[in-house]
Amino acid sequence: MKIESREIDGAVVVALSGEVDLQHSPSVRKHLMDLMFERRPVVVDMALVDYIDSSGIASLVEAYQMARKNGTRFILAAISAPAMRVLQLARLDKVFALADTVEAGLQA
Amino acid sequence: MSTDPPSVEVINLNTHYGDRQVLKNVSLTVKPGEIFVIMGGSGSGKTTLLNHLLGLLRPSSGTIRILGREINALSALDMQDLRTRMGVAFQSGALFSSMSVGDNIALPLREHTNLDETTIGIVTRLKLEVVSLAGFEHLMPSELSGGMIKRAAFARAIVMDPRLLFCDEPSAGLDPVVASSIDDLILRLRDAMGMSIIVVTHDLDSTFKIADRICVLDQGEVLALDTVDAIRNSPNERIQNLLNRRTEEAEIDPDAYLRRLLGEKEKLRDEPASRRNGL
Ligand SMILES: Nc1ncnc2c1ncn2[C@@H]1O[C@H](COP(=O)(O)OP(=O)(O)O)[C@@H](O)[C@H]1O
Ligand SMILES: [Mg+2]
Repeated sequence: MKIESREIDGAVVVALSGEVDLQHSPSVRKHLMDLMFERRPVVVDMALVDYIDSSGIASLVEAYQMARKNGTRFILAAISAPAMRVLQLARLDKVFALADTVEAGLQA
Repeated sequence: MSTDPPSVEVINLNTHYGDRQVLKNVSLTVKPGEIFVIMGGSGSGKTTLLNHLLGLLRPSSGTIRILGREINALSALDMQDLRTRMGVAFQSGALFSSMSVGDNIALPLREHTNLDETTIGIVTRLKLEVVSLAGFEHLMPSELSGGMIKRAAFARAIVMDPRLLFCDEPSAGLDPVVASSIDDLILRLRDAMGMSIIVVTHDLDSTFKIADRICVLDQGEVLALDTVDAIRNSPNERIQNLLNRRTEEAEIDPDAYLRRLLGEKEKLRDEPASRRNGL
């Protein structure tokens, strides 16, 4: 798994790729929570996520809740089909703010 | 997905209880993402086969590979590691009566991972959502109905997101509506997570609804192993007898009958699974 961050228009685009599983989700969590503590607007680029398990989803949930408390933007963008199926299983596709593309997420 | 090894590979498995041979030259392969149903009458060897797949029994002869690993050649440590990638929803529900539903479900994460307690809490509640038990985490198992216990046991079986899920008689003892909701759950889990799911059952309606392929066991032998349609349309008389038995009187279930005679409760047990099953 890889986590890559870049700044675009004052927001942080966090691109996750590969398998976000038990082994890797703690680093995803730490990365996202650090950004949340800094109150940075975040767009998570999920185009290259091959697999995400429940602990990976939990990290996204925790960060999203923090963003909502802080009133900062937290958007899941360009979600790959396997990641979308996992979100749908727990009906989280209805809960997160989603965008079809990173660009759309930045404008949201 | 197609490059992955078979989830389960059994080659010429033979097993005995004492002098009595209970599995005879059983061979089968379960593909990644497949729902594979093992059916057969009482005493045909379904539970014995399942216990072999879980590495709980040693075969007299034959080879068993789970997720590409030959289980009889694994060290205890490697076997333990492999088990964290397998989920088991046991017939009896298998919840600890002394722990809340939430703690029951969280247990494997607490035992086998270093995840943060916040993450564990979210994952646990996610699984309760998936099995339609949202909000029940603080209840004790004794406060749940039979169908709810089954679903809680499912939540626990999938809490580690296993690649391979085993279900022993998931719909036994449930009314048809609840049984059907368990079938839907099995289908949704496979579709969303790409799990391979092995279901032992003698519920034909359930089998026809969920199975990709069916293995029919008869007196310890694989009588047939094929798709739902092929099994349904099989000209084999013994298979047709098995399929038509649904209209006859319910057959005796030795497990349930023995439990009744011993005055045992069906739903709960008090002793950790780790102790009983080495899981
Ligand atoms: N612990 C045991 N000791 C001796 N015989 C057993 C034991 N467990 C099961 N058997 C016998 O092995 C055969 C297969 O049993 P089992 O695998 O439980 O079948 P099923 O699950 O299909 O009902 C049955 O004849 C049963 O009586
Ligand atoms: Mg049995």
